[in-house]
Amino acid sequence: MAANTVLNYIPRKSVVHDLTGTTKLAFFLLFTFASMITYNTWVLLGLMAVSLAVFRLSHIKLREVRFMLVFMLVFLALNDLFIFLFDPNQGTALYGTRTVLCHLLWRYDLTAEQLFYMFNISLKYFVALPVAILFISATNPSEFAASLNSIGISYKVGYSVAIALRYIPDIQRDYHSISQAQQARGVELGRSEPFFKRLKNSVSILLPLILTSLNRIDTISNAMELRGFGKHDKRTWYTRRPFARRDFIALAVGVVLLLISLTVTIRFGRFYNPFV
Amino acid sequence: MAETRTPIISFKNFSFQYRAQKQPTLHDINLDIYPGERVLIAGPSGSGKSTLAACINGLNPFSYPGECTGTLTVDGVDAPHSSIFELAGHVGTVLQDPDGQFIGLTVGEDIAFALENSCTPQDEMHEITRRAAELVGIENHLDYAPHELSGGQKQRVSLAGVMVDEVKILLFDEPLANLDPATGKQAIELIDTIQQKTDTTVLIIEHRLEDVLWRSVDRIVLVNEGRILADLRPDELLSGALLAENGIREPLYVTAMRYAGIDITPAKHPAHVDSVVLDDADTEKLRAWFRAEPLPATKPAPTPLLEVKGLSFGYSKDQHTLSDVSFTIGKGEMVSIVGRNGAGKSTLSKLICGFETPDSGEIFFDGKDLKDENIRRRARHIGYVMQNPNQMISKTMIFDEVALGLQGSGLTDAEIRARVEDTLKVCGLYPFRNWPISALSFGQKKRVTIASVLVQDPELIILDEPTAGQDFRHYTDIMEFLRGLNAKGVTVVMITHDMHLMLEYTPRALAFCDGRLIADRSAAAILCDPALIEQAALKETSLYTLANRCGITPAEKFVERFIAADREVRADGC
Repeated sequence: MAANTVLNYIPRKSVVHDLTGTTKLAFFLLFTFASMITYNTWVLLGLMAVSLAVFRLSHIKLREVRFMLVFMLVFLALNDLFIFLFDPNQGTALYGTRTVLCHLLWRYDLTAEQLFYMFNISLKYFVALPVAILFISATNPSEFAASLNSIGISYKVGYSVAIALRYIPDIQRDYHSISQAQQARGVELGRSEPFFKRLKNSVSILLPLILTSLNRIDTISNAMELRGFGKHDKRTWYTRRPFARRDFIALAVGVVLLLISLTVTIRFGRFYNPFV
Repeated sequence: MAETRTPIISFKNFSFQYRAQKQPTLHDINLDIYPGERVLIAGPSGSGKSTLAACINGLNPFSYPGECTGTLTVDGVDAPHSSIFELAGHVGTVLQDPDGQFIGLTVGEDIAFALENSCTPQDEMHEITRRAAELVGIENHLDYAPHELSGGQKQRVSLAGVMVDEVKILLFDEPLANLDPATGKQAIELIDTIQQKTDTTVLIIEHRLEDVLWRSVDRIVLVNEGRILADLRPDELLSGALLAENGIREPLYVTAMRYAGIDITPAKHPAHVDSVVLDDADTEKLRAWFRAEPLPATKPAPTPLLEVKGLSFGYSKDQHTLSDVSFTIGKGEMVSIVGRNGAGKSTLSKLICGFETPDSGEIFFDGKDLKDENIRRRARHIGYVMQNPNQMISKTMIFDEVALGLQGSGLTDAEIRARVEDTLKVCGLYPFRNWPISALSFGQKKRVTIASVLVQDPELIILDEPTAGQDFRHYTDIMEFLRGLNAKGVTVVMITHDMHLMLEYTPRALAFCDGRLIADRSAAAILCDPALIEQAALKETSLYTLANRCGITPAEKFVERFIAADREVRADGC
């Protein structure tokens, strides 16, 4: 079904799924931080290996998170492109040497240093990306809210996010049936139509979609209030699980990775320089 | 006895006016409800019955602001001056839409939602949740996700979710609106059982009187135009004419008895078809009435318009939503499609309209194979009206909305204008043609969506639940309108849970069960066949029970006789 293409919870039996939401959030934050502070290629490669291993452990297939993956890769490509456009000599400045591979035009020279710098940036994405995808797709949405709450974010915010995530499949279904009914009324949305006409016609799905979604929100917020949502500053969680051994191990791994990254950064600097 | 007790809910000279309204919605309400009572609050759409309920649970004035005058005490709480949270500890509300109010991701979590909010420790929470689930009989489904549950099961979860608070008052807002007839019957039984087990006070807001009366209620409060018109025992209310005067349909067997000339009095206990007192004279009157008129003649078979042959379809490989379905619908027919949710009714209409492609089988329209026709081309012959008009309306003005389907059809602006105006006239919407759609009522919006399909001049229209959530007057409006269209030659197919609709308006019905067509007979015959009723999740009509009690056979002919007579009476009355 279409519901599996966008970010949503994918239930599986795996070690990663068994970790509590809080552990996953904490690990995600530690891990992202570890990868943010360093540009050291060896550290990044090591982190990436861990990241991919964790993804393997989750039994989630690449196909299932295709949408997120493509979205992030496009973003990465754009990011690299703009770094190059705005400052093609960033790499030279950082590594202190200049090895011109070829001249492109005007002030744009392609240097080995710049390529290596951008390679490192891309590597950071590949380190953080699998873990980020996992945090979203291997965390049960209700635990998701609980985990945000456990690090001090208001449970109302956490719950809104969780509810929004949970309604994505419903809204996709609405979209589907509205679009079919509109086509039956002669609004062309098929591939045979010119792109701009299709774009213009798809507006005719948007209005009913927004109206039905607003209705949903009205009903759910009444239902929630009638059952005491927001009564106290705190709440308890039906699904919150106690920490198990695996949670402590995961957290310890996260802390160790961050320490390694910090130590390397402090002792050897942020960059690994192969050019000197 | 009532005099010695103190009421649990007490309205005294209570009025309520929404901030956005010029007039009060409730006027001078005086009503006492005592602990342990079962009260049905009945009234047509817009009568103020939902507003009354919303004042009890605190949605008014805390979520929908407004002005309260007079007093309202709910379980010792001064309702208009407390809070929605405080009231939630006393009143448990089960809302109309079982899908929309499902908050948690699993059954267990949803039941526990209120407990989470009151910071109940986890062990205690699991224990209470389990007990509440047992009470409503859903304890084996605690790990299920909402989409794995049937409508009836979702309603059980909603009920368990309010039971965890040990509320003294249970409030049901149109509990039957989204359920098939059999599930509706079970819902009423469940409410009854829970009330007896827990000795709570139960309030049911509903306009479908006969269905609620499947189990006893102590009183019926009739509301219209914001005032209480009657507060009587069911036997007393059914003996008078107040119900019909206020757009509430009385149970069919009561109407049948009136037609036969039986005088309905409280002493006859008319609240239940099984226990209504019928003496020999009454039985003879009913028999005489049955014999008095010749039965309507059966019409000759019309020429086929839609032919479905061996149709099979599944959304995934190993799951068959429809298997080997074959039937023919003739020109000018009016047919209903019935069966429980998920039996394949909606899927069938999607296949006919071309939204989905069948795995095998053929569909012919007017003798032509539809296989190579796309959605758009089929739409010129087959119109499809969705259940929820809000899902179809995409323009802000009525004229534009109806004209949308003619875009790109090659007609000139003048021709489009003429066709839209003609359609609007047929649908009784011409006076509103320059109105914004947001100013229309739900029923009028429904009409706009029908108009926007009719403008393409289809020979066949398929409507998904055309009368869902409509009271008797709106139901009659829409159905008479569809009958008028049918008389003009449009073939009408309706997917419905409404057995009155099926009986009164469609001579023929197709019943589905688990993707198979299990019956293709007259609607009256289907509703007099206990085995079919069970399989297709329908509910037998009380007319069948009445006919059996009087020894009238065949019972289905008695039902047909009633429908014919009822149509005449109502046509005269309008």
